[in-house]
Parts: sequence; structure tokens; C-alpha cells
Amino acid sequence: MNAAPIASASTAGGSLLWLAIILPVVGILASLLSGGRHAERIALLLMPTGFGIAIAIAIFLWRSGQPLVYVIGGFNPPLGIALRADGFSAVMLVTTALIVAAAGFYARAIFATPPGITEARAPLTFWILLQAIWASLNLVFLGGDLFNLYVAIELLTFAAVPLVCLDSRAETISAALRYLLFALCGSVFYLLGVALLYGAYGTLDIVLLSDRVSSEPVVWVAAGLMTAGLLAKTALFPLHLWLPPAHANAPAACSAVLSALVVKGSFFLIVRLWFGVLPNVPHEAVSFILAALGSAAILFGSVLALQQERLKLLIAYSTVAQIGYLFLMFPLVQGPNLWVAEAWSGGIMQTLSHAFAKAAMFLAAGLIAESLGHDRIRDLRGIGAVMPMTLFAFGLGGLSLMGLPPSGGFLAKWLLLKASIEAGRPIWGAVMLSGGLLAAGYLYRVLAPALSSDILHLKAPPRRSREAVALALALTAIALGFAPKAFFDFLQIGRVAVAGGSS
Amino acid sequence: MSILQILDIGLAGLVLAVAAWTVFARDAFAAVVGFVAYGLLLSLVWVRLFAVDVALTEAAIGSGVTGVLLIGAAGRLRKLEASGGDDELPGASLRLFAAALCIFVTLVLAGVVLSLPDPGPTLAPEAARHLAETGLGNPITAVLLSYRSFDTMLEKVVLVLAVVGVWSLAADQYWGGAAGNPRGAEPDGTRALLAQVLPPLGILIGIHMVWVGADEPGGAFQGGAILAAMWMITMMAGLTEMPSIRSRLLRLVLVAGPAVFVAVGVAGVAFASGVFAYPTGFAKPLILFIEAFMTLSIAVTLPVLVAGPPKRLRQQ
Amino acid sequence: MTAATLAGFIGSALVGLGLYGLITDPQPIRKILGFNLIGSGVFLLFGIVARKGAAAGFAADPVPQAMVITGIVVAFSASALAIALVLRLYEVAGPVSLRSEHTSNKAEK
Repeated sequence: MNAAPIASASTAGGSLLWLAIILPVVGILASLLSGGRHAERIALLLMPTGFGIAIAIAIFLWRSGQPLVYVIGGFNPPLGIALRADGFSAVMLVTTALIVAAAGFYARAIFATPPGITEARAPLTFWILLQAIWASLNLVFLGGDLFNLYVAIELLTFAAVPLVCLDSRAETISAALRYLLFALCGSVFYLLGVALLYGAYGTLDIVLLSDRVSSEPVVWVAAGLMTAGLLAKTALFPLHLWLPPAHANAPAACSAVLSALVVKGSFFLIVRLWFGVLPNVPHEAVSFILAALGSAAILFGSVLALQQERLKLLIAYSTVAQIGYLFLMFPLVQGPNLWVAEAWSGGIMQTLSHAFAKAAMFLAAGLIAESLGHDRIRDLRGIGAVMPMTLFAFGLGGLSLMGLPPSGGFLAKWLLLKASIEAGRPIWGAVMLSGGLLAAGYLYRVLAPALSSDILHLKAPPRRSREAVALALALTAIALGFAPKAFFDFLQIGRVAVAGGSS
Repeated sequence: MSILQILDIGLAGLVLAVAAWTVFARDAFAAVVGFVAYGLLLSLVWVRLFAVDVALTEAAIGSGVTGVLLIGAAGRLRKLEASGGDDELPGASLRLFAAALCIFVTLVLAGVVLSLPDPGPTLAPEAARHLAETGLGNPITAVLLSYRSFDTMLEKVVLVLAVVGVWSLAADQYWGGAAGNPRGAEPDGTRALLAQVLPPLGILIGIHMVWVGADEPGGAFQGGAILAAMWMITMMAGLTEMPSIRSRLLRLVLVAGPAVFVAVGVAGVAFASGVFAYPTGFAKPLILFIEAFMTLSIAVTLPVLVAGPPKRLRQQ
Repeated sequence: MTAATLAGFIGSALVGLGLYGLITDPQPIRKILGFNLIGSGVFLLFGIVARKGAAAGFAADPVPQAMVITGIVVAFSASALAIALVLRLYEVAGPVSLRSEHTSNKAEK
């Protein structure tokens, strides 16, 4: 499990890593150059190819059982930059490729260039920035150098923010501006930490750093600044204020990508920081703080979700809560304990199942809002009878959020719960259970009126194919609940053991 | 205490005073003007840190082009605002809390920075060792275009995304139109004269800067920024205009830098040891080739970003 | 006191000043200025790191300097996008500060 010996040599299949990043970059440039309808065609053409690359990376990784590495330009770190893929990277690459493709397919109806016009503002922006989100997330998952990852999170910010205000309403522009300021502030503090680490150790390569860092003030200050910056981007309570207006008011296809994937990008880097850069520095206290904030997020986000009047805002506040679960894995992945692998799998499983479930729910909510002309929860009475497939997709996503079997969400929470009991810290398990009850509460608020027998008239029925996209995503979140043991072995590839007591 | 040290301390005090002005000035416009002066002072600090390449970039982009952007915006905001009184500062307790937090951050940072090892760990010997492979004399250009060229290519993509993002804020009816010229729509005599005399000179300096950047301070960023400034001056004087955002030529120039960068990088798979590697003996010409297109892209991207989203249809 | 030490103090103080402006000033354009101050403070810290890494005949380590150059361009792009958002917001909604928009919880018309 020690990654040090393979730090600086490209492995078999390494070329796939740069390909996963360059492919969407070429798509961005070609889309802007050719413009108009071509942007949509290029994006939709590249998506299956990119999915193939992500799968190929996973296969190579599975066969070798060791992280894949590619050294760019032939200059080994610390002078040059390396790309690396471990089990967590690979599943995130595949998830991203699937959800981006689903959002793209779903969005064709809204972001098609109108006939008779060669190019329109919102479609061109959407198709270019969707590819940009994809490119920058792939870089986040593969980057092996902290400054290269800084460029990645900036790319992600530039790709995500304009998607919030494609409809040019004052409300969304102001949400986008607030999102941008939070995100920029976050990246500048991340960069500050990077400067300190370079000043102390003369390298920014994650594997090289992990061998050099020791528990000293500069490391704690740097890690604290980087974590704070990344938490602002992940919207962990109490830095979540920007998220609900931005995610709830964006077009549904954008909300799905933002809530399912973009916030996971900065979360992924927090995991990289504490478990990739600093595994040799015991950090139980920090993990406790992160998990405490996560718990607060679960309770606070869920209670606020209970009070929302609009469906998309409810889903956005549910994201605030679900992000909290991600941080419960931190205190459980400490030291050489037996339950560490379970907690690690649970954390990743939560990341994946929330991504699919939340994307499905936002897409379903988007269809409801389009068909009714509003998304007021109290006026959804009877929607289940007229849009059964959409509501089914929404409900299945909700099942996973609540953590009911069979679903990926259940498996994630089960693993975390088990680990918390084995670790003798049932408090985290208790938070999870109460979070599940609250989730049941806010979903009941939607499902109860939706399933009532009132008669509801739609302005326009949704397209079958778009409902199918939402349903497919929701079914994937459910299917994750049947993941075999081999899948969890795969997630462990490249995980570095964290130093610390075996309490 | 030597004279240089006294000057250093004076400069430090001045930088902080002007920075404080931009935070505490009552009027937003005055604060922005302060920020431009601040940028220029900061480039002097960079010279004192023996970082001339950075000093040039800070002066050209950090202070210069950012200054034009902010002053233009502050001017427009002042015109739009009916009264300046509606933006009240938050309550005293919040300000006190913020002040305490910021002083704490400053002290912790200063303590940590002073504790960093001196002489510190460095990649300078590594960079020097591989310099011959690149054929360059300026190690910073070698980092930007060879050792860490992946970063630089991606940062060019950031610029492209910024353009897409800024354009996406256009009103729908102006899509396909053009942005207004940077501030100063009515040309007056002196400005027009300046706009005719300066650009030929500036273009020469800009190109020279890219060319010498291979071996001496300078490079695509700094040279591109100077070319950008020249184009902005001619636009301010009304001699040239922002092209339509749908202009094929404009888009070609915007993506040329990153596209050529990616193309040469990927060609490394076939002709060198891997992606973003240069074939032995061809590093320097290829780097200059990439830099030429990057300069062109930067020279056009910066003014496009300053000009903002399209606001009018050019055909009218 | 060397120029590098002095620059260390300036850099740290700039981060603090910028952060104060970012937190307390309600006007978006002033927040953007604050962000730029923090950014330039961070870049200065890279500069000190570079200067302390003087070796092999170079007056400063070229790697952090190159990172600053990349960072300055990214910061400019960020300011441009932020300014474009502010101006668009004023066009659509009139003068608004970021504090005065807690309207998002209302139901859509």
C-alpha cells in the first residue's frame, strides 16, 4: 500500500490519464471555434469516448492493483508534474462521465440552438462549460501536484459559476456572484497553503510531500488554510450560505451537475490533502472537527430542507445535509484499525450514491417545474398520477438519501455506522440515523401531496426520454446497493494507511 | 542600516498604506485608483525580491490591465448609482470580529513565514540542470513552457473559459454583436495622437519582450499584455473597434494559443518521449512557436475580457 | 532585516487587510478589490519562498516565480468575470449589495 516507490515512473495505461483531461479540453476549444450547433454535437460526441477512457482506466487499475501514474513531459516530480489514479479517482471519473452525459442528454431539449439561428447565447455557453466542468473534474481526480490542482479548482470555478445564471434573472446573477466570491476566496486560501508547503519542503508533489512532511506549525497552518478554502467550495456548514440559492435557481441540468459533482471536486481534494499528503501526520483532532461540522450540516441542512416551500430549494438544502455525511468518514479512517477500510468504502459510497441520487432528483424536479410552470411543493398535489415515471425517479433518489435498503445510500450509511460502532464512537452513527429520519421527513413532505388523488393538469407533458434519464440515474443509485465485495476491494487500491493510535 | 534598507522599509510602509487606502477609502472609485497605484508599488517590491519577470507581469497585468478593468467598472457603477448611501457598513461588532480575525491571520502567517528555513528548499539546481535540454536561458520561461507546461496550457484554458463566462452575461438580443470599446468613447486630440504614436512602438517592445523572454526577463505573458495595452489604447481613441463576438477570426485568435499548445504537446507522444515533451534539439524552436501563438491569444483575450459582454449589434 | 523578511510582513499584512475588506464591505466591487489584495499577498509569499530558494546561480527559485505569473493571470480572469457579473446585476436589478438579497426562498411566480 505504500505508494512511494512508484512515485515517478509512468505505468502501463498511464497515457489514459492525460487523455481523460485533454479530450474535453480539445472539445472546449473546438466548440468555441466552430460555435453554434457544433458545440452541442462535439460535446455529445465526446461523451461516450470519455466514458470509454474512464472505464479503461478502471480496468487497468483493477488488473494492476496499483495506482496508475503518468509523468508529464518526461520531467519527474518534484520539477515536473505527475498524474495519478487510485481506486477513488477511477470511480469518480466513471461517475463524472456518466452524470455529465446524462445531464447533456437531458439538456438537449432546453439548450438546443433554436432553428433559424446560427448561434444562441445560453446553448453555446452551456455546451462549452459542461465540457469544462468535465475536464476540470477529471484533472481534480488525477492531479498529483498541489499547484496543478489549484489550476484545476480555478478551472472548475470558471466552468461552474456562469451556469448558475444562464437565465439572466437578477436573483440568479446575484447567486452566481456570491458563489464566485466564495469560490475565489476558497482558492486563494488553498493557494496560500500551497505556498507555505513549497517554502517548507520544496515540492508540491503529493507522494513526495507525504514522505517529507512532519507535524510542525507550518504544516498545520498550511493544511488549515487549504482545508478552510476547500470547505468554502464544498459548502460545508457554516460555509454553505452560497449553495442553496445557486443550486436551486440554476437550470435543472446545471443544478444536477453542480450538486452531484462540482461540490465533490473540492471534497475530493480535502480527502487527498489529509489522506494523501498528510497520512504520516496524525490528525485525529482535525478529523473530529470536520466530523462535528459534518454532523451540524446534517442536522441544520435537513431541518432547513423541512421548511422550504420550493422543491428545488428543498433538494438544494438536502445537498447541504448530505455533504455533512461525507465528513463522518474522517475520524473513522485513522490509524491501522480494522474498521478503516469499511469507513473509507462508506465515505466513497456516500459520494457516489449521493451524486447519482441528487442528479436524478434535480432532473426530476426540473421536469416537474417545466410541466407545471412552478415548483411550489404545496401545489404538487396529484403530480404522481400525471408524471409517474418522474416521481418514481425522484422517490428512488430519496430512498437512497434516506439510507433505506436496497440502495447505495443504505450501503454507505451501513458501512459508516458499522465502523463507528466498531471504533467505539457510536455518536457519529447516532447523527447518521437522525439525519436519515429527518430526510424521511422532508421527502414525505413532497411525496405525500404528490401521491394524493387530486387531479392536476400539466401545461405540457414531459418527454419520455428525459424522464428515462432521471430514472436511469436513480436506478444507478439503487444498483450501487448491490455492489459486490470486489468493488470495495477496488476502492482500496492506492489508499495509504494513516498514522496514529489504534484507539 | 544601509540606504537600501531604509528605502525598503519606506517602500513597505507605502505599499501597506496604499493597500489600507483601497480597503478603507469611502468612495469606491478612489479605492480603485488606489489599487492601481498599489500594483505599481508592488512591482517595485518584486524587483527588490530579484523577480523581474514577476515584476513585469504584476505591472502589466496585475496593475495595468486589471486597473483599466476596475476603473472602467467603478466609473460605470458611479454613473448607475442614484445615491451612494444605501451600502451601509455592517455593525460594529461584526467589524470588530472581522478585524480580530484578520489580525490573527496576519500574525500567524507572519510567524510561519519567518520560521520558514532560510536558505530554503529549492528546485533551482534541478531547473538549472535541465535548462540545456530546453535551449533556453531564462529558467522561468523553462518552467512555464517545459517543466510545468501542463499548468501553463491549462491556465490558457482558464482565459478561454473566462471569455465564455463574460460573454454569457450578454443580453440575448446582443449575441453576435460586439462589446463597447474600453472607457473613452469620444476621441480627443491628444489621445488620438498618443494612440497613433504609441502602438507601433509598443508592438515592437511587446514582440521584443517575447523574443528575449527565452533568455532574459520577459516572455509571452508580459509581451502579450503590452500588445493588449496597445490595442486598448487605439480602441479608447476610437481608432479601432471590438470585433463581433461571432467573428471567426476573433475566435480563431482566442483559441490559437491553447490549441497550438495542446497540438504540440500531444505531438510529443509521437515525436518525443511523451505528452508535452519536446523532441531533443527542437525544444527551443517549438517553445518559441508556442509562445508566438500564446502572445497573440493573450494580446486579444485581455482586451476582450476588459471590454465585457457584447452590448450592441455592429451591423446597425 | 532583509528585503525577503520585510516582504514576508507585507505579504501577511496584505492577506489580513484584503480579508477584512472582503468580509466587511458590502459593495461587490470592494470585495473584488479585497480578493485582489489577498491574492497579491499570497503571491508575495511565493516570492519570499522563491528568494529563500536562491541557488545554482539564480537569485531566486524559478519554480514559485513561474507559479506567481500563472496566478496573476488567473486572478485577472477572475476579476474580469466578477466585474462582468456585478455590472450585469446592476443592469438587471439596479444598485444591490450582496447583503440585501435574501429573496431566494420565495416561491417562483
